[in-house]
Amino acid sequence: MEYLKLLGILIIVVGFVLKWDTTAVVVIAAIVTGLFSGMDFVKLLEVIGKSFVENRMVSLFFLTLPMIGLVESHGLRDYAVNAIKKLKKLTAGKILNIYLLIRELAGVFGISLQGQVQFVRPLIAPMVIAAAEDQDNKKLTESEIDLIKGRSAAVDNFGNFFAQNLFVASGGVLLISSTMKSLGYKVDPVGIVLNTIPIAIITFILVFAYNLYFDRQMKKWEGE
Amino acid sequence: MQNTINFLLSILYALIGLCMAVAGIETLRDKTNKVRIGTAVFWFFLAIIFAFGDWIPAVVSGAMVLIIGILALFKQIQVGSLPKLDPKTAQEGAKRLGAKVFLPSIVLALTSILIAQFTPLGGQVGIGIGAVVSLILAIILTKAPTKQVFKDSQRMVRSVGAPGVLPQLLAMLGVVFTTCGVGKLTANMISHVFPAGNHFLGVALYCIAMALFTYIMGNAFAAFAVITAAIGIPFVIAQGANPVVVAAIGMTSGYCGTLVTPMAANFNTLPVALLEMKDQMGVIKQQATIAVILLVVQIGLMYFLAF
Repeated sequence: MEYLKLLGILIIVVGFVLKWDTTAVVVIAAIVTGLFSGMDFVKLLEVIGKSFVENRMVSLFFLTLPMIGLVESHGLRDYAVNAIKKLKKLTAGKILNIYLLIRELAGVFGISLQGQVQFVRPLIAPMVIAAAEDQDNKKLTESEIDLIKGRSAAVDNFGNFFAQNLFVASGGVLLISSTMKSLGYKVDPVGIVLNTIPIAIITFILVFAYNLYFDRQMKKWEGE
Repeated sequence: MQNTINFLLSILYALIGLCMAVAGIETLRDKTNKVRIGTAVFWFFLAIIFAFGDWIPAVVSGAMVLIIGILALFKQIQVGSLPKLDPKTAQEGAKRLGAKVFLPSIVLALTSILIAQFTPLGGQVGIGIGAVVSLILAIILTKAPTKQVFKDSQRMVRSVGAPGVLPQLLAMLGVVFTTCGVGKLTANMISHVFPAGNHFLGVALYCIAMALFTYIMGNAFAAFAVITAAIGIPFVIAQGANPVVVAAIGMTSGYCGTLVTPMAANFNTLPVALLEMKDQMGVIKQQATIAVILLVVQIGLMYFLAF
């Protein structure tokens, strides 16, 4: 019956797929795994308590929240929005590339933006659409506009995902370091940052070229 | 030195506990939140675990984690209503501070890296000291009164809410998996169908499994604990690969799965709604090519950098 302890993994997968409450899913998976491994309940609570306390370092980012809240209420977003608005005369692909750079740099300094809500919807997508219509002097069709919207959202995700682990106190870096420690390997947060640099740079170059190619594709669009 | 580090860390954890206790008190005062009692209990338990975790018996901390899980199961943990940002303060700040508004964030990143690299205190203490220094700088720059600092702190901590402690819970789950030998068991199962001992195949299996599990679950953090225990360690690290390289690239390989899964609603379906797109898969379609290329690149990177 050794295989029953794999139920924990199954619970994690099913729980996340069915969108159950994530906190509950993880705690239940831990309980199920422990009980099916033949651990008694008190011992299991001890393991859970001890490992949760020992992994407090993962949540060190809470300490950065007061500062982030303070600069946010004093115009961090307003300043960034004003700066981006100055980009008007560029081609669609170039606007996307500058936003990609901003997004990756924000990642380096641990500035977490809700990019899709705060930038893509109100600012980036409308500017890219305007630039595309302007540069070729045509009115875009609905499906062409859909492509631009999709690309704008995609650029935010690319920059966000592959640069966030460049910040030493990011949730991802701390989680990696802490999980590896639980699994028996000492992994330094700074080492993770250093080893994330190559993929961050490759992503930047790749998406940069992808956006310039987007400019060329747009030239072939029919418009209305 | 280890004693000094532990002492500094316990101060930092106590500070986090304090922030969480404040979030608990403010939650209780938020009468619009129908489940404010459960949410406040969540914050107070966390505050106790953070501030006094080293001194209270492990079984008590474990019971508190279990109760947090039960509260979450019955939807008793909700953010409630947070104080709104004042547009006037924001506009004035942007005008007066200009680019300096980014200074505290830059100081935070630099301080924590410098302390990690050039002092024996290590990365964790570095983050803590960086956070305190950058907060003081932000207070000086914005000339914010204590009341404003308090308001912004509790707003941020409460807005992070339960998802904020998810990474720590997943790390806990990783320990439970290891203690129960889950990794060993899955490794045995996989080794029946997959040859161990080949560096390249091990790396490819780990990176693809990270992307695939992230695709299924929609969350790379959750996939990381499971797949690293089950595949990353037995098939890659146990063959002599450098654990730092494997772990760092393993996580970003998972992100390739995030790029193509409708399960990652925040990133792939929320924008579709926000941007009023016709094509439900419009964002994913723009990401798929890059996701595949990046996964292949990362398999290569891990193979060449880790061995």
